[in-house]
Amino acid sequence: MSEEATNDSPMGPHGPSAAEAREEMLKAYPKKTQRKRGKQMLVNEEPGTPAEIGANSRTVPGIITQRGCSYAGCKGVVIGPIYDVLHITHGPIGCGWYSWLSRRNMNKIRKPGETNFLQYSMSTDMQEDHIVFGGEKQLEAAIQEAYDEFKPKAISVYATCPVGLIGDDIHSVCRKMKEKLGINIFGFSCEGYKGVSQSAGHHIANNGVFKHMIGVDDTPVEHKYKINILGEYNIGGDAWEIDRVFALCGIKIIGTLSGGVSYDDITNCHMADLNVVMCHRSINYMAEMMEEKFGIPWFKVNFIGLEGTKKSLRKIAQYFGEKELIDRVEEVIAAEMAEVRPVVEDVKTRTTGKTAALFVGGSRAHHYQDLFEDMGMKVIAAGYEFAHRDDYEGRDVLPNIKIDADSRNIEELTVTPDETRFDAEKPVKKKSLEESGFEFSDYEGMMRQMAKDTLVIDDISHYEMEKLIELYKPDVIGSGIKDKYIVEKMGVPCKQLHSYDYGGPYAGFKGAINFFKDIDRMTSNKIWKLATPPWRNTGEATAEKAEAVTA
Amino acid sequence: MLEGTTAEIRERKALRVNPAKTCQPIGAMYASLGVNKCMPHSHGSQGCCAYHRSHLTRHHKEPVVATTSSFTEGASVFGGLANLKTALNNIFSIYDPEVVSVHTTCLSEVIGDDIPMIIKKSIEDGIIPEGKTVIHANTPSFVGSHVTGFANQCKAFVDYFAESTGETKNVVNIFPGWVEPADMRELKRLADGVGVEYIMAPDTSDVLDSPLDGEYHMYPDGGVTVAELKATGDSFLSVGLGPLASTSAVESLEKKCKVPSKVLELPIGVQATDAFIDALRLAGDTSVPSEIEKERGRLVDMMSDMSQYTHGKKVAIFGDPDHLVSMVSFLVELGMVPAIVVTGTPGKKWEKKMKEIIDPVNEDCVIKAFSDIHYLHQWIKANPVDLLMGNTYGKFVAKTEDVPFVRFGFPIMDRVGHRAFPTVGYQGGMRILEKITDAFFDKRDREDPDHEIELVL
Repeated sequence: MSEEATNDSPMGPHGPSAAEAREEMLKAYPKKTQRKRGKQMLVNEEPGTPAEIGANSRTVPGIITQRGCSYAGCKGVVIGPIYDVLHITHGPIGCGWYSWLSRRNMNKIRKPGETNFLQYSMSTDMQEDHIVFGGEKQLEAAIQEAYDEFKPKAISVYATCPVGLIGDDIHSVCRKMKEKLGINIFGFSCEGYKGVSQSAGHHIANNGVFKHMIGVDDTPVEHKYKINILGEYNIGGDAWEIDRVFALCGIKIIGTLSGGVSYDDITNCHMADLNVVMCHRSINYMAEMMEEKFGIPWFKVNFIGLEGTKKSLRKIAQYFGEKELIDRVEEVIAAEMAEVRPVVEDVKTRTTGKTAALFVGGSRAHHYQDLFEDMGMKVIAAGYEFAHRDDYEGRDVLPNIKIDADSRNIEELTVTPDETRFDAEKPVKKKSLEESGFEFSDYEGMMRQMAKDTLVIDDISHYEMEKLIELYKPDVIGSGIKDKYIVEKMGVPCKQLHSYDYGGPYAGFKGAINFFKDIDRMTSNKIWKLATPPWRNTGEATAEKAEAVTA
Repeated sequence: MLEGTTAEIRERKALRVNPAKTCQPIGAMYASLGVNKCMPHSHGSQGCCAYHRSHLTRHHKEPVVATTSSFTEGASVFGGLANLKTALNNIFSIYDPEVVSVHTTCLSEVIGDDIPMIIKKSIEDGIIPEGKTVIHANTPSFVGSHVTGFANQCKAFVDYFAESTGETKNVVNIFPGWVEPADMRELKRLADGVGVEYIMAPDTSDVLDSPLDGEYHMYPDGGVTVAELKATGDSFLSVGLGPLASTSAVESLEKKCKVPSKVLELPIGVQATDAFIDALRLAGDTSVPSEIEKERGRLVDMMSDMSQYTHGKKVAIFGDPDHLVSMVSFLVELGMVPAIVVTGTPGKKWEKKMKEIIDPVNEDCVIKAFSDIHYLHQWIKANPVDLLMGNTYGKFVAKTEDVPFVRFGFPIMDRVGHRAFPTVGYQGGMRILEKITDAFFDKRDREDPDHEIELVL
């Protein structure tokens, strides 16, 4: 038995070392499961040179996992948020129903006459005869009916599990209807069984958006500083807070992929000077492909957390390299920080030294560490739900990642420079900046930022989460809806970092204030203290226990 | 809001817009949570399980644990046998349930996995520990709706567990249908009041409304036990509430163990609750205690007090077939006028039954099965109503049309009361009436000009 950890312990004031906790968690598993999970659970022994983690591997059947499916990653996350595209799920009713307004990727119409299709759930509602005889005719009719009734500018179709199995060719139906109706219509083969998690769906979505939307509209955008933000989904209005800050700085965002975004924004966003990437996991494919085709360079940013936001704004200003922009960004930061500082100073008096553990998404478990750091809190354990090794260990491991059968089935597009639209000046500028130490196509991953000897757990299971809480009693857990009430039954508050518990925004400066206040409230909440009735604390046995003793 | 919705209704044969139903497996998962120490297991892609758990959690604000076979492309091609066997081994080793309740998904249905064969193999291979049980229900997502899945799961409880020892016991089986944990608790209270012994299956009370006491219990105290499920075969009567949700289970029990059955409508409102109480009274050969009669009287009293506000009010309502039959009957009792009734679940017979209920007050009521919320919305744009009732998804319609809205059915993800307060029984009737009149009064208080604001209503 190890000595009780001290307050300076990387794992907080309670519980054993991370290595002991890891052993303890693995103990309950059958041998094969133990081996498999063991590779996905690491002690962050050398943060500078992260160890190899078994990420993006199959979920062990029977383990209570957080993960969802490819359809959820494609329709639910990446394409679903585009408000003026009409989205049709091809399949039985469930998939379309569950992904209807459940992800809080906010959007609003820009002008009268538009329709926000996010408030609608449309599906081919496949019945048994479609399964037996094929569903292509049903899909074709559904597209026609959707067009007749709503007159959208584009229609997007999503395949669910049975569609792939019965062999419906959604792409040929989409091509046919595109020709017939004269609007952009495209499909995504994002059947739920593809890949090992939502992540496969992100990749499929990136491919489809790149093929069918990017570069469709060459209207020039007149602005000195034009960028896209990739991998920002406007949960709780995050993208709108980022928009506000960028507007103050005088930087034009053409497209935010894909939060608070319109079809037109996306078709025109190849006119940008620069792509900055928020969620590396879900959209790095797009950043790479746009660079190949149009020459637009990209780098990683993070607008979650004060330090991350400041650093990201400064880096963007430096990319453009003009003094007026660099100065303007400093002025904006100073003005915003004047508002944030008193809040964070006040909150820190209560949150400093408290502990958190984050298990969520493919970037959030990393990004939110910045916000907790801002509050003086310690992240003792973290892990993603569906990320890959590069999101943990950094992009320098990319050449060493083995492509397994599950990933090989996801199409990898071959992209070449566009004959007329590749901007040769951009790579030149990139090169010269790189020579001065500026980093592009960068992501150093989660583990480098985490403290030495903390726990890193990929695709955490229910059992591991329960054990973690039992051993360490963190002051707050960041996770999702499926975990929330499990964690809270144990008397530990759980912040949903997918839906923000219906609050937010948490990005940028005003978002940080919201987050600090929410976490302060949750970690100071006195309701938890009511969980135990007073008579349980008097040492007197309850009736039930007394019976047990006498029995 | 809902800018694309106009009053012009076009016939749609292929496109479902804003569904008033979801798929079978979530119903099977909900039913399985009503069995003590039972782990629901979704045999398919892990997304199904994630979606069902998420939605049930959003509705109940409670832990909803379930496992999945986590199909990948390989399993989809070669079949899910290996995945399910691995899953069962892990589930019993790590989570130690008494029962694993496997339901299928569209994926495993399409590839034709033979679950009983896989269970048999797992028993032979020693994966299922002595004394533990794995059961299954086929719940193809492309047939029926979530309520069908609930019904199929309830039938599976009977098919796997019910046993007849040959000795009939003085016990009534109550299959409560798809109602809230609070409703199941209320049904038990009423049965206790009438003085009959009963087994309720499934029973999600004390599972999906467990207390916060600082400890997490993967298997809370509630749920019908395996012993009770076995004993259902010795009861002298089964009462199935809600024909769609409960008929197949009670009929199967009748066939298997010769337990006579009676299917009633869900006890919502006066007469449907009367039928339930009366059935219990006759079964138990008891008399209805004055406490329950007083409850009934209090409901009728409140209905009389409020009738000036409910009489003649036009209602648009959507939801699940069993819920709608009883709720619409209650609306008719209240003197209200159902104007349009929509369910997403297919069912011609249901349409006919609804018509019989509504005809006496409104022969022109639009009654549609296998329809959707979008249709209902378009219809009320041209035919304004005084009240909208339905699940959470109705709030967008209510806001767009500025019509009072009472949440009812599954799911309710944006209010908290449904988890604590029943809508079944006489007390439930009072709660529904309170909600309806509150919705009317709140609108008046908000919108009436100052000189017309009423202090007393």
